[in-house]
Amino acid sequence: MADSSLLKIIKMKILAVDDEKDMQSLFEQRFRREIRSNIVEFAFASSGEEALEYLNKHNHEAVLILSDINMPGMSGLELLKHIKLKYHTPPPIIMMITAYGDAENYNQAIELGADDFLTKPIDFTVLKQKLKLTSDV
Amino acid sequence: MSFEVYSLPFIAFFLIRYLRKTLKIYGFFPEWDEIFKKALYAIVLLFAIEIIFKINYITVWIWDALFVYLFWLTFTKDEFYITRTVMVAIMPIVIISYVEDISKVIGADFSKRIDNYLEYLYPFAFIWLVAMLVVAYKHRKNYDKEMQRKKEEEAHNLMMAEKKAELEFMVKERTAELTRQKAELQHTIDELHNTQTQLVQSEKMASLGELTAGIAHEIQNPLNFVNNFSEVSVELIAEMASEIKKGSMTEAMEIAEDIKDNLLKINHHGKRADAIVKGMLQHSRSNAGHKEPTDLNALADEYLRLSYHGLRAKDKSFNAAMETHFDKDLGKVDVIPQDMGRVILNLFTNAFYSVNKKKNLNIEGYSPLVSVSTQRISSSGKAGLNGSPQIVEIRVRDNGSGIPKKVLDKIYQPFFTTKPTGEGTGLGLSLSYEIVKAHKGDLKVKTKEGEYAEFIIQLPA
Repeated sequence: MADSSLLKIIKMKILAVDDEKDMQSLFEQRFRREIRSNIVEFAFASSGEEALEYLNKHNHEAVLILSDINMPGMSGLELLKHIKLKYHTPPPIIMMITAYGDAENYNQAIELGADDFLTKPIDFTVLKQKLKLTSDV
Repeated sequence: MSFEVYSLPFIAFFLIRYLRKTLKIYGFFPEWDEIFKKALYAIVLLFAIEIIFKINYITVWIWDALFVYLFWLTFTKDEFYITRTVMVAIMPIVIISYVEDISKVIGADFSKRIDNYLEYLYPFAFIWLVAMLVVAYKHRKNYDKEMQRKKEEEAHNLMMAEKKAELEFMVKERTAELTRQKAELQHTIDELHNTQTQLVQSEKMASLGELTAGIAHEIQNPLNFVNNFSEVSVELIAEMASEIKKGSMTEAMEIAEDIKDNLLKINHHGKRADAIVKGMLQHSRSNAGHKEPTDLNALADEYLRLSYHGLRAKDKSFNAAMETHFDKDLGKVDVIPQDMGRVILNLFTNAFYSVNKKKNLNIEGYSPLVSVSTQRISSSGKAGLNGSPQIVEIRVRDNGSGIPKKVLDKIYQPFFTTKPTGEGTGLGLSLSYEIVKAHKGDLKVKTKEGEYAEFIIQLPA
């Protein structure tokens, strides 16, 4: 079917980075329909280091990264800087998701090249809209 | 004797002149001045008449009367005080003259007899006159000196009074100036007080602002799960209902299992948020307890067991050796027991956490050890010296993973934690530090990364 082949082409691989372990379960449940219908596929990393390791191992197949900022070890902003500066072109789309919604964090994230900035608690309706927009482009 | 005849008018003349001059010098009595002036004219006139008409036998009585009057005047009127010595000086001459005059009236014989005696008396009278004049001169000089001294004293007093008035004016001026300055200073102090209060307030607000970021993170994370898992669960229940309608019970049961997991997660994160708020309240709460003499050995022992069993309850695999070295002579120390207990508990929790973390690295031959020791020492460092100010030390030591150098200066900052999210609020050590400082004590740390960490509470005893 033309429809399903189209879906396969635009299937989005998302890497979620957060030190909160329940995030994986939350994403899987929130995107359970999208995952079931193969529109998105999720990978999870609980730290910046782990995220970089994943990207190296999987040849940068993730096209979109959702990252927390405040994490032990490498922070989300460091990870962002790392990917945007050192990774292949085009670099993946990176959205920061943080509980720190202050201007300083926001400005720093945008300056370092973050494509978007979301605050916790995550509004999944908004997140899905944003994902839809990026996949349409 | 012409001398006898003519001496009286001259003496009278000069005496009146003398009286007039003296009165003028020592105080102006215009009424006397006028009388004396007229008297002088009268004397000259009378003397002239006496010589021209040779009426000496009449005038002599007038002269005598004049002298009597002058004597009476000088010895009764106070203003003539200074002239009395002179009057005394001329007195013998005048008396001799009287005697002569009276003797003449009595008879020639008698007069001649008397005159013989008087011849002898005249020189004495003159000597008396001179001597008394000298005395009068000296008397007057002294009097002048006294008057001069009095005048000077008066002038001095006047000057002093002026100076005093001047000084009083200056003092008043200075006092006014000082009062004004005092008011100004008081105003400045009031302003400083206000500024200080504002600063303290803004410092509180600033620290609240700092806390806000921490609170945001600490609360928003669990809230993220509470909100989203509950929303997802609502959707899952709808899905479960449709599965049940379709009759596919296995799927329905799977969804039910997911819902149950979600509810557990919601509960867990709700409690997490609750703990954070409670920790925050504890942190911000001002002195609720009271200082009382406390047995710190017992307090440390109690919290050591509390924290150990607390951790054991959470993690069955957890185990650590404990050692206590209590100073039997520690005595009681004035502290707020619940606050100091919180500090000790926090240090134990950290110590157990650290040794557990190191144990999980499976280093060969490693056995976790947490020890606590107390000691009373003099503040100069030598143990048990009587008399010098003393401090009490509580040391909590673990042989865990230590504190990395780069975070050592941050450990007392609110919300700083090395623990993974959800495990620590980052308020423990900052709260402990504040409590120890509030007890006028000190919280110190000795550590070597990977080997040990030792926290030392020092309290004034």
